[in-house]
This record gives sequence, C-alpha cells and structure tokens, in this order.
Amino acid sequence: MKDLVHITKRPERSALSSLGLIAAALGLAIVAGGVFIALMRQNPLEVYAAIIKGAFVGSKRDPFSAIKSTVILFVPLLIVSLGLSLAFKMRFWNIGGEGQMMFGAIFATFFALNYSHLPHIVLVLLMFAASVVGGGLWGLIPALFRVKWSVNETLFTLMMNYVALYTIEFLQAGPWKRTPGFASIGSFDANVQLAKVGGVHVGWILALVLVVIVTVYMSRAKQGYEIAVVGESKATAHYAGMNVKKIVLRTMFISGAICGIAGMVQIAGSDNTLSTGLTGNAGFSGITVAWLAQLNPFAVAVISALFSILEKGSKTIPVDVMSKEAANVLQGILLFFFLGAEFFRRYSIKINLPQKQVRHIQKEEEHADG
Amino acid sequence: MKKLTKILSLLLIAAMLLAFAACANTDTNDTTDPTTTADSSSTNPSEISSETLKVPDDFKVGILHISSVAIQSGYTWAHHKGFLEMVSTLGVKESQIVVKDDVPDNDVTKTKQALQEMVDADCDLIFATSYNYMNTVKEFADEYPDVIFSHCSGYLSNDKNFNNYFGRIYEARYLSGIAAGLKMKEDGKKIAGYVAAMNNQNAEVTGGINAFALGIQSVLPDAEVKVKVTGSWYAPEQEGAAAQALIDAGAYVIAQHCDTENPQLKASDGKVFGVGYNTDMTTEATKNSHIIAPIWNWGVYYTEATKAVINGTWKSVNYYGGTKEGLIGLSPLNTAVAAKDTQTAIDAAKAKILDGSLIVFDKGLTKADGSIIDHALTDEEITGKIDYYIKGVSLL
Repeated sequence: MKDLVHITKRPERSALSSLGLIAAALGLAIVAGGVFIALMRQNPLEVYAAIIKGAFVGSKRDPFSAIKSTVILFVPLLIVSLGLSLAFKMRFWNIGGEGQMMFGAIFATFFALNYSHLPHIVLVLLMFAASVVGGGLWGLIPALFRVKWSVNETLFTLMMNYVALYTIEFLQAGPWKRTPGFASIGSFDANVQLAKVGGVHVGWILALVLVVIVTVYMSRAKQGYEIAVVGESKATAHYAGMNVKKIVLRTMFISGAICGIAGMVQIAGSDNTLSTGLTGNAGFSGITVAWLAQLNPFAVAVISALFSILEKGSKTIPVDVMSKEAANVLQGILLFFFLGAEFFRRYSIKINLPQKQVRHIQKEEEHADG
Repeated sequence: MKKLTKILSLLLIAAMLLAFAACANTDTNDTTDPTTTADSSSTNPSEISSETLKVPDDFKVGILHISSVAIQSGYTWAHHKGFLEMVSTLGVKESQIVVKDDVPDNDVTKTKQALQEMVDADCDLIFATSYNYMNTVKEFADEYPDVIFSHCSGYLSNDKNFNNYFGRIYEARYLSGIAAGLKMKEDGKKIAGYVAAMNNQNAEVTGGINAFALGIQSVLPDAEVKVKVTGSWYAPEQEGAAAQALIDAGAYVIAQHCDTENPQLKASDGKVFGVGYNTDMTTEATKNSHIIAPIWNWGVYYTEATKAVINGTWKSVNYYGGTKEGLIGLSPLNTAVAAKDTQTAIDAAKAKILDGSLIVFDKGLTKADGSIIDHALTDEEITGKIDYYIKGVSLL
C-alpha cells in the first residue's frame, strides 16, 4: 500500500518557476501574518507599514538613521552567509558560523587591545589578517577531524560555537577585563573604530566586495569548481584526480576565515568592544540565508537585505501597536513561509487518496459527466 | 489584551499612589515622613499639578532594562514601577515613552541596538538601568550631545549630558539587618547567608553586605554572614542554587543582592527566613519566611529628573539619594514572621540615621583581616572603594 503522503525529490525548477514560488511564498506569508495581526486586533496594513517604516524611515535628528541601523545588521549577516555558502556548496555542514565569527573577533581584539598605538590603517589590516587566521583556524579544526577520522562535522562545528562563546566570557572576566567591578573588556581605543562611509562603517563596502570575490571564486576559479565537484560527489572528485582532503581543508579554512572577517567588522565597526553578543545570531540566520539564496552570492546579498529589513523593522514596531513578543511571532510566521518555499523548490508532495475513495470520486465524476 | 494591561497598570499606579498618600497621612508627626523632610525639589505627587508642568508633545523619554518588565518583582520591576510612577505623575503619554527590556548588559551588540533605537525614536532623555551599559552609554552620550543619558549605578559621567544616579541602599540594608538579627537572636541562631551578584571587587555589593552585617551585629554582636557570589546581576538559576548552598551551610536568614526573588523562594522551601531586595518580596509563596526587604523608590528620581529635563533645568550632576529623599525604603515588615518589637527597633535606628546620630560606616569598623578603619567612610569610598568584608563576614 502506498503512503497517504508521498514526498519526492523533484527535478530542478527553472529560474522562472523558482521566482514564482518565492512570490507565492511572499504572498502567503503576508496573508498569514495579516491574519495573525488581525487576531491581535490590529490593522495588518498599519503593522506592515510600521515594519517598513522602522527599517527605512529615520528620526528627526537623522533621516537616514533607520537605514544605517538596517545596514549595520545587514553587513555581518551577509559576510557570514557568504562564508557558509562556500562550505555548503561542498556539502560540508558548517553550523559553526557563530564560533568562527567569534574567533575572528577574538584574534582581532588581541591587536585592538595591544597595538592600538599603530597607525590606523596598519592596525586595521593587522586586525583583518588576525580575524582571517582566527576564523579560519576555527573552521579548519572540525574539517581536520572530518578528513582524518570522519568525525561528524555538523555536531563538531556546532559545539565549537560554545567553546568560542565561553572563551569570550573567560577573556572578559579574566585576562582582558578592563572595567572595574564587572566582567567587561571596555571600549576600544578610538583608533580602532573603522572609518565611516556614507554614515555606516566601511564594513558594508567590504561585504559587497566579498560578494564579487566569492562569485568569481565559485564560478571562475579552478578551486571553486573543485568545491562544486566535491559537493556533488566525492567519488567523482577522486576519479578526476582531485585531492578531496586538501579541498575540504582549504575550503573550510576559507569559509571560517570569511566568518571571522564578519566578527572583526562587527567589533571594530559597530560594537567597539568584544562581547558575547557580537554575532547577533548571524551564524545561525546565515544558514537559512545561504540556502534560501541557493548558495548564489548575489542572491545571498538580496536575502540578507530582506532579513535585515524584517529584523530591524519588526524590532521597531511601536509598543502601543504591537508587543515585542507578538512582533517576534510575526517575524517567525513570515520566515516560516520562506522556508516552506525552499522546501517546495526541492520536493514535491503527492497525496495518494485510498483507492476506494478514488474510485468513488471517479464514479461521481462520471455521473456528473453523464 | 493591550487595553487590559493598560488598565491594570493604571490601577496599580493608582493603588501605589494611594498607599503612598495613606502612609503620608498616618505618619504626619514622624520626622521620617518623606513629605515633611524632602527639600524644595521634592517630587511629592501632590505638588506637581498639570498647571505647573506642561509636557511638550514632542518630548520623549526612554528606559533600558536588563530583564523583562513582565516579571513583576525584583530589580527591573522596581525601576519600571518608578518609571511608570513618573509617567503618571507628570502626565506623559504612552506614545511618548520608549521601553526596551530584556537587553543583557554583557551583550554590547544588543545594548547598542536598543540605545540606537531609542535615540532614533527621538528620545530626549534616556535612562539606562544596569551597571554594564555604562561604557556604551558613554559612547552614545559623546555621539549625541543633545540627548540626555542618565545611567544607574556606574561611575562614568560627563559635565553636559551624562550623569549617574544611585542611592544609599546601604542604609536600608542596615535596617533590614536589624530585622534579620532580631529573628536570629529570638531563635538562637548565629549565621545569616547572603547571595551576592558580584565579589568583593564591587563596592556596591560589598558595602551592602557589610551594612547588612553591621545591622545584624548591632543586635547580635557575634553573628556571622556567609556570602555566596553568583557573578551576574541576573542569573535566576545560580541565585537559587547559591541560596540553597547557604541554607545547607546553616544560614538562618537569606539576604540577597541579585535581581530575582529566587533566593527568597529557596528560603521559604528550606524553612528558613529571608530578607529580599528591590521590591517587597513578601508574596503568597514567601509569606511564612520573608521578613522585610530594602527597596528602591526609583519614581522619586525618575520624576525629579524628567521634570528637570522638561523644564530645562537639568544639570549633569550625579544623584545619590537616600532614606531622607524617600529614594530608599523598606517593604512593610511581615509581622507574621518577624521577631517581637522589630518595628520599634527599626524605627529607632531609622530616626537616628535621619538625624545623623547613626552613621552606618562610622569610624572604628573592623575589617575581616582585623585591621581597623580610622575614619568614617566618605561617599566616594562608599560608592567605589569598599573592597573588603568586615569582621564576621566571609565567603562560603
């Protein structure tokens, strides 16, 4: 007997069909969110307007303040998502974006605290290099265990997040404690702060440059091709004479390094200190972003932007319109539909009605025809 | 739902104000009454009528909290209650307030986002209620000179738009120590426990412990206070666990300097007694154990500060109020569990604090290491330099 619900992997949808699916998801998300808002006895249009307004309309003091805040959320999310998509392309489940971001930030902080007297540009380059090494190493460790002893990388990278988190806590409370009476590293020297371009730290330019670099790397470079082949089939890669282990190690170093850069950009551009919250969950949201974007760097940029708008907008809904908790639920509902779209892009669902019923229905149809 | 919450909070505020007025009426002869001792900048609600203060329509005030305002006890609730008292006293509209809660003060990213949102909502005045927001608030104060930032319990400030506010909570801790000491004396016990958020490097916490111990020792000279440190202002689980450890070590009264009422719940479960903090922690669950709590009436400061900002008279001067100003107080004594004559003893000591004849950190204090302090502690020392326990106080 067949299952009632049968889920099968479907052939790739065309770009147009995918786009249609996403549009449908967007429509459904807005409707479902609207129902929820109506249940909260608010006007859906008003709330959606509040989200858009929250993400784009600034204050009296600074008409661009909201956009700036949205971009500040966008930058680390975009960079991390790019890093993760490299690993995912190789079908390597890097759930460790959080930890890699933190370790990039930790390495960079070492220079921010001890070499702040250096000329700004030298200091920033040093911090940048340090974040590449820090994040890269944090990505390399699970990859090493994977290729040497086939250790499950999903769990390993996930666990590494917590190690990184507690390392920051340790540094805050111990060797790098700079605020009397409380475990805090304190503000960095002004010399550490990244310069602002158009009102937002220069990280946004770096993020966009990375989009181009990753695109070129993935689609034009030999190494990018190798990643895709390993992702499709390790056996094929072997037959083609590729050194799979080397490719896995190299790619995970790069993936982690890019996440590390996101950490450095966050602490030097926005936070101005090292604290446990620096990732803003980008390491996890980035997983969703990367897959929704089908690992295409330009699509990653678009989806990251949408995520940031939703995040900033829903956080800024005035309390007298909607409570913070309700705004979170709304955000969840909207995301749920996007993820649903991703599912339907890859799979199709067949519902097998029990035979009798089918026959019955057929009969009825015949009757109707007659 | 929203409307209901609104009505409930208004009712609550009304009830608080009534209670306040009622106390004031019955105590008119008592010199400790805040309405008679407060100075000319007093914030007695009856003195601020809508005629004397017109809140401009474009005025906005924000407050940043470490934990959720939905939990109606403890540190954040004490602040929020004070904030709401200010809102209703001054007639500030709901659309003119911005409340950001559940913002961990060790998460600088979230702290920045929340402060930025308040600035971007065009707040003219922002209160930040937790110690470790301090560095971030300073950065914002430098960046936005036209917004006034008022930060609770830290030590940074500037002379333009950034001050600190705090209070002599140690006075109330001393008085609550008397209540604890009398209870221990009545039942022949010698050990009290103290759940502390921070270790002896934090002067606020350490001074509070010493004051509590001094209060106990004023009625029970050879009493001991055992201290258990959690390392965080807000750590619900650890706070309960620390209280349990103290009870296991023989503590008969559990006092606390941390944000939740969990230590008091443990005290109740463990059949010992408790002295809470921040808000009245005598609840249905603790009515058989909780004696009294040192509490903050933050509304006193919030009303005064907001009024000054609206009137354009606000100055960047650090605020340090005490029992005299009405900022510091005690929750009503739970007479069902307190020792006999506790209220009388507290009232007598309180009167002495108010007339200056009792100085909590007077000269001649003996430190735990046996050395003696040869002078009464200055405010500067009390707020930033107490890094030692006194005789009878030790870590568990």
